[in-house]
Amino acid sequence: MKNKAKEKFTKQVFSRPRSLLDVSTHYCPGCHHGIAHRILAETIDHFDLREKTIGVAPVGCAVLMYDYFDVDFVEAPHGRAPAVATGVKRAQPDRFVFTYQGDGDLAAIGTSEIIHAANRGENLTVLFINNTTYGMTGGQMAPTTMLGQKTSTSPYGRDFRNDGYPIRIAEMLATLEGTAFSARVATSTPAQIRKAKEAVKKAFDMQIRGMGFSIVEILSTCPTNWGMKPLDAQKRVLGEMSGYYPLGVYKERKQADFA
Amino acid sequence: MPGTAPLPKGRIEIDFERCKACELCIPACPKNCIEMGTGTNRQGFAAAVFARPGDCTGCAVCAECCPDVCIQVWR
Repeated sequence: MKNKAKEKFTKQVFSRPRSLLDVSTHYCPGCHHGIAHRILAETIDHFDLREKTIGVAPVGCAVLMYDYFDVDFVEAPHGRAPAVATGVKRAQPDRFVFTYQGDGDLAAIGTSEIIHAANRGENLTVLFINNTTYGMTGGQMAPTTMLGQKTSTSPYGRDFRNDGYPIRIAEMLATLEGTAFSARVATSTPAQIRKAKEAVKKAFDMQIRGMGFSIVEILSTCPTNWGMKPLDAQKRVLGEMSGYYPLGVYKERKQADFA
Repeated sequence: MPGTAPLPKGRIEIDFERCKACELCIPACPKNCIEMGTGTNRQGFAAAVFARPGDCTGCAVCAECCPDVCIQVWR
């Protein structure tokens, strides 16, 4: 019966996307970087951009992402991925350029770069992975860390009197005129993963049509630094994090009216 | 009871060596076809196994939830 069933199902409905190399990643078990990588690779394949894409890798857990994708990559200094991507896109406007940044990279040291890249309306796509902590360096407090969250540099929990409030990047960048698309998605349930893919597709489409800056913020987990099991970390994203960081599309430009 | 068992509508393959045992695929499967295995792979993780092939519908939800893209689905 088992062999018969094996022969019966011949149509492959899910396999590794072409742009994602067949290698094992260094991410911890349950880390959502892998899901974001797959969504990104599938979208590159969807628009048939593999031969003309230049990615800009960040500093953070995704620093080695150039080993996992079958596209060209530039490695940017910490937080400066939007600045590097600006140069790449202006020198080669026919290429598709994206950056992939974490919250310690984009929302802390690279806040200036991301705001001005968005304000200039650079024709880039940014994937922003928000896991409320510095993953690679050992779970320090980031600007996106939730109030009360215990990290290695806020052992009594984040307190707004000392450390300020968590920063909502998707809403903030949506207020800028140069931003064409700004959305926040999550990847904790199958439905959210499909919505995330739709948002990434729209962000890619904005760049292909020359509409301007597009950003997708993805609420991710960091089971290792949160000290949780992967399934508990997913529940935290669905509960506490989605409460403070509401999911949705904050800006979607309908036509190129900024010219 | 073989007469009442549902016929499978698809099958999956889990890459034993790639699986990091994060368990995200287990609640994702609407038919509870996947379980944690007992064997340890070369990375040191007890990889998930396709425990109940008879119930699989080939919906590919487990594969979409897998952060390590180690599930392939046929229908």
